[in-house]
Amino acid sequence: MQKNNIEIRVCMGTGGIASGGAEVLDAFKREIEASGIRASVRENCSTHRVGCRGLCAKDVLVDVAINNEKVTYQYIKPDMVSRIVKEHVMENNPVTEWTVGEEYHSFHKKQIKVVLSDCGRLDPESIDDYIAANGYEAAKNIFKSWTPEQVIAEIKASGLRGRGGAGFPTGMKWELARANVNDDKYIICNADEGDPGAFMDRAVIEGNPHSVIEGMLIGAFAIGSRKGYVYIRAEYPLAVDRLRLAIREATERGFLGKKIFGTELDFEIVVKLGAGAFVCGEETALIASIEGQRGMPRAKPPFPVNKGLWQKPTVINNVETLANIPYIMRKGAEWFASYGTEKSKGTKVFALTGKIMNTGLIEVPMGITLREIIYDIGGGIEGGRKLKAVQTGGPSGGCIPADMLDLNVDYESLAKVGSIVGSGGMIVLNEDDCMVNMAKYFIQFTQEESCGKCVPCRVGTKRLLEIMERVTTGQGKESDLELLETLSASIKVTSLCGLGQTAPNPVLSTLKYFREEFEAHIRDKKCPAKVCKELIIYSVLEDACKGCGACLRACPAGAITGEKKKPHRIDPEICIRCGACFDVCKFKSIGRD
Amino acid sequence: MMNSLQTIVDKYRETEGNVITLLQDTQEAFGYIPREAVEYLSRTLDIAPSRFYGVATFYVQFHLKPRGKNIVTICCGTACHVKGSERLLNSATQELNLTEGRDMTEDGQFTLERVNCVGACSIAPVSLINKKVHGKATTEKLLKEIRAIKGPGDAKE
Repeated sequence: MQKNNIEIRVCMGTGGIASGGAEVLDAFKREIEASGIRASVRENCSTHRVGCRGLCAKDVLVDVAINNEKVTYQYIKPDMVSRIVKEHVMENNPVTEWTVGEEYHSFHKKQIKVVLSDCGRLDPESIDDYIAANGYEAAKNIFKSWTPEQVIAEIKASGLRGRGGAGFPTGMKWELARANVNDDKYIICNADEGDPGAFMDRAVIEGNPHSVIEGMLIGAFAIGSRKGYVYIRAEYPLAVDRLRLAIREATERGFLGKKIFGTELDFEIVVKLGAGAFVCGEETALIASIEGQRGMPRAKPPFPVNKGLWQKPTVINNVETLANIPYIMRKGAEWFASYGTEKSKGTKVFALTGKIMNTGLIEVPMGITLREIIYDIGGGIEGGRKLKAVQTGGPSGGCIPADMLDLNVDYESLAKVGSIVGSGGMIVLNEDDCMVNMAKYFIQFTQEESCGKCVPCRVGTKRLLEIMERVTTGQGKESDLELLETLSASIKVTSLCGLGQTAPNPVLSTLKYFREEFEAHIRDKKCPAKVCKELIIYSVLEDACKGCGACLRACPAGAITGEKKKPHRIDPEICIRCGACFDVCKFKSIGRD
Repeated sequence: MMNSLQTIVDKYRETEGNVITLLQDTQEAFGYIPREAVEYLSRTLDIAPSRFYGVATFYVQFHLKPRGKNIVTICCGTACHVKGSERLLNSATQELNLTEGRDMTEDGQFTLERVNCVGACSIAPVSLINKKVHGKATTEKLLKEIRAIKGPGDAKE
């Protein structure tokens, strides 16, 4: 008799775990054990943890597949598990009221998954899962029967460009490192994903760490390196654990270490934990950090491909770039290059967050429009509000206004409007977000993260921040706008590294597209979006107030007084303008002016 | 203290360690970087104390002062920022009676910290309590968690 094959996959990416993924998986294991289904001769039932499936907004997501017939559930909590096991697993009768709806399908419809193709499908803690999905096949073939030059030619033909932000052609980088004759060369995987609002690299390592290792193996073969490093943020403990496990497993199988795949070639990977400095995403700063020093960038040239780690030729590739490599080598450069635009080939992973319905991780062909991302994949703006802007590229990028929605998302098009693709953070802002506050937020970030080595960045960002603080607290002067522009321009051209050179971008792009908001802050001393604390006054609208006391309980400062069922009052002297009362009031009786 | 420091030194010599890994291991062992530890490492390995302090003050991960028993971290990444992380920070500051410039409660029970981004942006805003990620955080939920740790004795206002 044919056995039924039942597979249950529970999302255990960061979002999944935070939403209770581990508890859900445990519940499944328990229920299945209790059901006695495993003892049955007809059924072959297994539970799996998988990496990020993308639509974190609907976590915990669970797949139940019976003989490959897959049903996906959303918002699963441990107490829902027993019913799923009883009705679906035992009786093949899916609990339709909990399954994903139209949104889930439209979220995936326009996506093309290369890097993420196995994320959410494979158990990231099992090398066998990856091997069963043709993992390490490309590396094995290459080690046995390719030449490094052939590999480089293939990557060049694919048109793959660095996914960390700068977009430098990967094949060319490898070629430059290959051309440098040296006994010691290094390949470094940059997993110091410091951009606030971006988590692509984290999801890739947590979801499919072996794809990154295989990418590094192929890269090492191409440039002739025997040692690689993964520089990863300590803030990503789960990714670090899964990566270390994956390296251990790969070493046990002989895919890393000595005489790889039975050839004469050696390659080992060392994991280095970052210590929390955004500037270490910059290549030369990252190298200094691996060497155990303060992570300060140095002038280029010499470029790392000539003089990098320990003064040896070094290639630094981003996580997503490396994770693309095995798929390109497996399916061919032509296949990869068939996606994307003329100059930006392939797909790009974006972290879609902010005021959007379907927050999560998406992978789309380069050149897709912002509109398709926001509305078709993202499901539109949260709470029926109006889109104001999309911020891309983090602190080095810019804000793209809502009327530019038909813009193609690729390296060139975004640069043209004053932003960048960057590492892939995409933060959706609506009419409740203040663009001046956003610009201040990013400048505050880069100012704190400036390493202090060069004056334009160290002092310039500080002055920019002071001006932004003036503007957002109602102290701004008319001349500040021009000052912001000239100061930004000097910082851009005179800073030593990418951090300083791009730091003014958020200010410049918001000044360009949202100048009227700056003017409202400066001239009228008003924050149109009601975000900048110093420019808003909270008060109770007495006619609407039911005296329920919700605001009184929510106020952290004790500024609200009033008897039950009578209109309350906010003492403006004590009020810290946090907005907690505004959020909790069900009767819209808190006024903001 | 000396025993664990010696283990750290041995590990440094065995693997290709450096000042950062030394400091990371020291912090792992003691929760922060005690001055005596730096002095010991400096003496044993003949590395100037200034190199340790130079590195320790450069990276946000390192703490030169002891930290509270419970660590409450508020993510201040972009997605969390637009979803109201500042409110979480404010209410936690108030709840823990912290004043400007102080991040640890007087009784040493809590340290409140902010982090640039923990990469859980799709469930923003995010708070972490003793490293456990809490997604879609609200002021109410956060205060409830903090009060639960404080225990019934402190629940009275």
